[in-house]
Amino acid sequence: MSPIVTLLAQRISLGLLLLFLVSILIFVGTIILPGDVAQSILGQSATPEALANLRRDLGLNDPPLTRYIDWATGVLHGDLGTALTSGQDIAESLGSRFRNTLFLAFWAAIIAVPLAVFLGLLAVRYRDRWPDKLISAVTLASISLPEFLIGYLLMFFLGVKLRLFPSTAIGYRADADVFTRLEAIALPVAVLTLVVLAHMMRMTRAAILNVMQSAYIETAELKGLTTFRVIWKHAFPNSIAPIVNVVMLNLAYLVVGVVVVEVVFVYPGMGQYLVDHVSKRDVPVVQACGLIFAAVYIGLNMLADVISILANPRLRHPK
Amino acid sequence: MKNQLSYYAGRVTAGLMSRREFLGRAAALGLTAAAANTFLAQAVRAEGPKKGGTIRMGLQGGATTDSLDPALAANQVSLMVNRLWGESLVELSDDGGIEGKVAESFESSADATEWTFKLRSGVTFSNGKDVTAEDVAASLMRHSGEDTKSGALGIMRTIRDVRAEGDTVVIGLDSPSADLPYLMADYHLIIQPGGGVDDPAAGIGTGPYILKEVDMGVRFVAEKNPNYWGDLGNAETLELIVINDNTARVAALQSGQVDMIDRLPPRTAGLVARAPNINVHQTSGPGHYVFIAHCNTAPFDNNDVRLALKYGINREEMVEKILFGYGSVGNDTPINASYPFYTELEQRTFDPDKAKFHMDKAGVDGAILLRTSENSFPGAPDAAALFQQSMATAGLQLDIKREPNDGYWSEVWNAQPFCTSYWGGRPTQDQMYTTAYLSTADWNDTRFNNEQFDQLLLAARGELDEAKRTQMYADMGKILHDEGGLICPMFNDFLDASSDRVAGWKEGVAGYALMNSYAPHRMWVVG
Repeated sequence: MSPIVTLLAQRISLGLLLLFLVSILIFVGTIILPGDVAQSILGQSATPEALANLRRDLGLNDPPLTRYIDWATGVLHGDLGTALTSGQDIAESLGSRFRNTLFLAFWAAIIAVPLAVFLGLLAVRYRDRWPDKLISAVTLASISLPEFLIGYLLMFFLGVKLRLFPSTAIGYRADADVFTRLEAIALPVAVLTLVVLAHMMRMTRAAILNVMQSAYIETAELKGLTTFRVIWKHAFPNSIAPIVNVVMLNLAYLVVGVVVVEVVFVYPGMGQYLVDHVSKRDVPVVQACGLIFAAVYIGLNMLADVISILANPRLRHPK
Repeated sequence: MKNQLSYYAGRVTAGLMSRREFLGRAAALGLTAAAANTFLAQAVRAEGPKKGGTIRMGLQGGATTDSLDPALAANQVSLMVNRLWGESLVELSDDGGIEGKVAESFESSADATEWTFKLRSGVTFSNGKDVTAEDVAASLMRHSGEDTKSGALGIMRTIRDVRAEGDTVVIGLDSPSADLPYLMADYHLIIQPGGGVDDPAAGIGTGPYILKEVDMGVRFVAEKNPNYWGDLGNAETLELIVINDNTARVAALQSGQVDMIDRLPPRTAGLVARAPNINVHQTSGPGHYVFIAHCNTAPFDNNDVRLALKYGINREEMVEKILFGYGSVGNDTPINASYPFYTELEQRTFDPDKAKFHMDKAGVDGAILLRTSENSFPGAPDAAALFQQSMATAGLQLDIKREPNDGYWSEVWNAQPFCTSYWGGRPTQDQMYTTAYLSTADWNDTRFNNEQFDQLLLAARGELDEAKRTQMYADMGKILHDEGGLICPMFNDFLDASSDRVAGWKEGVAGYALMNSYAPHRMWVVG
């Protein structure tokens, strides 16, 4: 078997083990939290009888281990179960939410990743001159502000004052044409881009600068190539591994970390869906969301590893 | 000048002139902006409602986990959605009385133990079926059965039986109640076909609108019900969008994405009101923010400790700093002028000397622990800090423990002896007292146990003579004011806002926010 296949098999089985552990963690976490789903559903209007009736109907009187095993068996059979609170099929309602989140993440990534890499290259080209300093200052400023604040700022200036874009994403319809949808998510995409830009840009810059110290770069320069060509053709390919790692981490963040942005812009993605169900202690839904988030995270990290190994022959043959 | 103004106002209502332009012309005629606004509002109202168009509202409080089952409705969004497709037997009228919906009229037996509701003829469900007395009886019974999870179970307990008799529904009670029609106006008790037993979340009712799109916690679209029996509902389409984030909700209104919002944050209401195209609506209601002490737990079992706390709180300061003036001072009872049989008590005021006197008399030294959380009411931790400061001026120590929002309603409220909380209020004294101050109430969150109070409550419930009833409620208020575990510093006003794309707001409507949640039905699209 080729070493790549072995490596993949190893990584995938480790990933599955991780997922299993994550599911146990989430389950235990939701049990430890004070209050239960029946109490949360009925809220301040809960009477003892109504609570008892609801607990019985939801099967909350079973021991936790039984509930966990029931759930795990269902998942292995491809059934995520139904939400305790609304009685809806989880796979169905989660599916459309997940597609929305991916749509938002996709467009944010399409803009943020090339932009970050380009800005990184530009920063190296004009190292320690004003373009470098300007790029660093702006991106660092945007990563330093909390994302909800960037959201509010864009909402106020671009949405309310200038009316360039819709101030919230409430115009978003999953079945609308792509331009309507893009218009609705313009501001959330802008916020996400600003949030992930700095990390990727700085990493690109640092990785390439690292390579730029090498002797072969000097050779390339002595051949008389332009600086940008040296960076792009000779330095960049050799610094792909760290860049890919950071890009993948940020892509994962775009999927699992958008809760705040989704809530602020009222975007019907998985973030809002998860928050609602956590506050109601709806364990099956929280489990399902957690599983998907964990899978995305583990999957993208695995992909980053594989790509960096492929990009660097030295890593393919461990000593 | 008046003629000229009328002419301009007419052009605004016809959509030929902007509101801002109107204000400019009015100023040229020597009118202040405030006077011009009032004039314009009158003109718009005089123009009368316009039919058609779409009204969009941004509301707080909905979640993906909500259900269309009216029995499980527990937030502002559920309430509003249910108001679209469904109706109760009766509803609160604008002045806090009762008017018929599915029921045309109602009357009680002489001793108020049996109430007869006559159903309106020609009322149909949105699935085309006629409403029968059996449907109504089944709807009510669904909320009172052994197995129910309904939020209305508490108020249905006093009901012995519900009978369908021809075109009337007769409700028999265990003990007399003069307020039963108010109970029937509860937003859980929506009339559904077959009582909603088979499919409680079908969203089929007798309301003025029919739900077309339902996306829980996100968005609802409803269209006018062509077969609705009454004249409620001006816009052809209503769109309800859940916007839980305060800033996003205000921004959506300011940028014209929605036409009305609820729960304007008091902190920013003044700024929002400055925008020329936004109208802020302040409505006083029965909601109040409270500090609750358990009357049966030391040291609060000593009435002097409770009195010390009541004298040690600065109510005016709280209204000013927590509600930013959008509210009124409380007087240590849950009742204010929004209740039908209200009698004013002498206002208790901040008095550090009396606070100190009572605490010394109780012989309690050392700190008193107050628990609070951000979600117990908006600004609760700040209010707790103010309370701490005002107690300190009396030389008394109050310690504050900040609890997590998560689990506050199950672990702290109604469990710990002294904490912050809020009440939305109820339409009548009887309901409010029965819910939380009767010694046997489920939510007796002050553990108040006063025999005389209980007797008066039961007696007042069956008393049909209004003067006597008013006196009884006054006596009860006095007992609670002097001995209760409720420290009520303030009543919070509802703060809603609408843009000038819609008109027809009516001031002072009793009930919940947004004109008892009928603003979308009753307002109309201008021009």
